[in-house]
Amino acid sequence: MIAIIDYGMGNSSSVKKALDFLNIKSKITSSIKTIKLADKILLPGVGAYTDAIDALHNLNIFDELKEKVLINKSPILGICLGMQLLANSSEESEDKKGLSFIDTKCKKFTCDLKIPHVGWNDIDILKTDSPLFKNIPNHSDFYFAHSYHFDTNINEKTTVVDYGYKFTSSYEKDNIFGLQFHPEKSQKYGLEILKNFGNL
Amino acid sequence: MLKHRVIPCVLLKDWQLTKSVQFKEFRTIGHPKVTSKIYNKRNVDELIVLDIDASTNKSGINFEILADIANECFMPLTIGGGIKSLNDINKLLAIGADKISLNTIALKNPDFIKESSSKFGSQCIIISVDVMKKNGVYTVFNKNLGFCENLSLIEWIKTCERLGAGELLITSVDNDGLECGYDIDLISLVCKEVNIPIIANGGASNPQNAVDVLKAGADAVAAASIFHFTKYTPNNIKEALKEAGLAVRL
Repeated sequence: MIAIIDYGMGNSSSVKKALDFLNIKSKITSSIKTIKLADKILLPGVGAYTDAIDALHNLNIFDELKEKVLINKSPILGICLGMQLLANSSEESEDKKGLSFIDTKCKKFTCDLKIPHVGWNDIDILKTDSPLFKNIPNHSDFYFAHSYHFDTNINEKTTVVDYGYKFTSSYEKDNIFGLQFHPEKSQKYGLEILKNFGNL
Repeated sequence: MLKHRVIPCVLLKDWQLTKSVQFKEFRTIGHPKVTSKIYNKRNVDELIVLDIDASTNKSGINFEILADIANECFMPLTIGGGIKSLNDINKLLAIGADKISLNTIALKNPDFIKESSSKFGSQCIIISVDVMKKNGVYTVFNKNLGFCENLSLIEWIKTCERLGAGELLITSVDNDGLECGYDIDLISLVCKEVNIPIIANGGASNPQNAVDVLKAGADAVAAASIFHFTKYTPNNIKEALKEAGLAVRL
């Protein structure tokens, strides 16, 4: 069972709906007990960094996730804001410490293009044997909607996307996965990625 | 490269999908759930659903029917109409909306743009701006409030941007439902003044209209009549955009 973490921020039901469609068992939850039982974790998220970190602490999920991911080695997939919460911190709220699974800090866009970066954009798959991108053609389009992003210079990146400059659109480090785009809203290939996560 | 989006925009009135002409005459065009399912199958880039009765109806937002629509969408979904609080937004996101379109509440209380974009992020908040010419001047219009004559259009869109709006949905009321093409002057004017994505709406009748308005600076096109009353599908539009050298997802 995949535990979809419900911390009161955003689109957990969209992710649930996509997993249901794929016949992958999942549960939207904020219960520590259910999280402990789950074999995988999915951390969605729409909203502000500070509120999200505060909510994870208030529900005691923050420390539970650290144990589950770093000690039990359960696979975790962070989507959009969820991806960014797995970093050390974000320029969005300098004083909030993220889960620090990936050693980097999220940045605000500095290009001249319109911000937020919203819409469909094509990705460059750099790590061709990434289990999440199995059966995904290079340069497929995915749906993005964000104002902050991961740097390109992290070792864990698996894909990059170009909006003014290239930045990391997904990463992978052992059991830890992150996607800047929304697979649950990216039609066929988005669903394929969720299926790949379910099959891990 | 970021693609130009082609977005069907559907209106909800009395639990039915409807289409307006200049915000006045309404014609029922189908069942919400079925229509959303078709758009999902047609692989559209995004869907906008506006409940045009929700602001004035005592019953408020129809979460049940919106959830039905959301259940058919594996594409981005924007919902608007009747939003009065942050809790309304929370509930709409919880049923599967990705973005929220604000109109009446933003005009009544501009600070709500700031409150909502700080809480949910700018990428989540679209401000819908309806524009109608009055004495030859582009004027902000609202179905419930009428002409907002003491508010200049340019001043309003800049305020929206400053308060954290992530996108603007610019609808030409004059062109709405007339299938006479987008209001190119209006869209190019708006695009010059703000640096957030602009979705052009109102008047599309053929793929060339979409080519013209995107070349005038819009980032995305929304349309309704063209998909309901003509032979064109969203993909026909995208093929025309590609032909014209514009980036699209096919």
